[in-house]
Amino acid sequence: MKATTRTVDDVEIIGLEGKITIGAGDTQLREVITNAVNSGKQKILLDMSKVTTIDSSGIGELVGSYTTVTNRGGKLKLLHLPAKLNELLHVTQLITVFEVYENEREAVGSF
Amino acid sequence: MERGDTERIEITISSRFENIELVQVIAEHLCENAGVDEDGSHWIGMAVREAVANAIKHGNKLDVRKKVNATFELQGFELEITISDEGAGFDPEKVSDPLNPQNLMKTSGRGIFYMKTFMDQVHYSFHPDGGTSLVMTKNLAKGSGIASTKA
Repeated sequence: MKATTRTVDDVEIIGLEGKITIGAGDTQLREVITNAVNSGKQKILLDMSKVTTIDSSGIGELVGSYTTVTNRGGKLKLLHLPAKLNELLHVTQLITVFEVYENEREAVGSF
Repeated sequence: MERGDTERIEITISSRFENIELVQVIAEHLCENAGVDEDGSHWIGMAVREAVANAIKHGNKLDVRKKVNATFELQGFELEITISDEGAGFDPEKVSDPLNPQNLMKTSGRGIFYMKTFMDQVHYSFHPDGGTSLVMTKNLAKGSGIASTKA
């Protein structure tokens, strides 16, 4: 998994690309979020548009990321969910946990 | 869609996470060749991915010397997938329900739930001499895609 970061109006937009699966991307996601939080980032937007595959471990890391950021007083939101990831979050009712956006400007403005 | 063919594919892998995709791809191709649409094939592939990952992580405890065996049997429209590991087994009744609000924010425990969501039947058997077998079945003619599965 690759991660790129940029900042828009003090929102850290982290673009994730590739797989977030067990043994391939799941721990990388954890590291990316940990680094962002340790760098003082309080507003984190995960751009999921280039995530190709995610499994239950990847979903678990998303949940863990949300908890990590929230426990540090920050907010984590999702942008451009691929359809299959959207369905995975729906069936486990995690869609009620995350704020999900399809428009970056709207997402940034929501923080 | 008519199917009178039978198909059997078997693969044995060592307990490395990077081998999961080999098994998943077999499942997806088998489904696609049987006429299942892309979505349906994807979800069945995902169930297989979860099963193999569990076999590697929880069954074989990441011991690369231990094997995971995957067998795919397609008879008509009935697909039966068996994933076997060399582990000591577990109590399926003790697996927490990820839909329970108390478990919603847990970072693990959704793999079996996804398998049950995407497949028609999921059944575990534990062998007296060691080893666990998971059998999942899916009728490929009953519609595909997550909307047609039980959640």
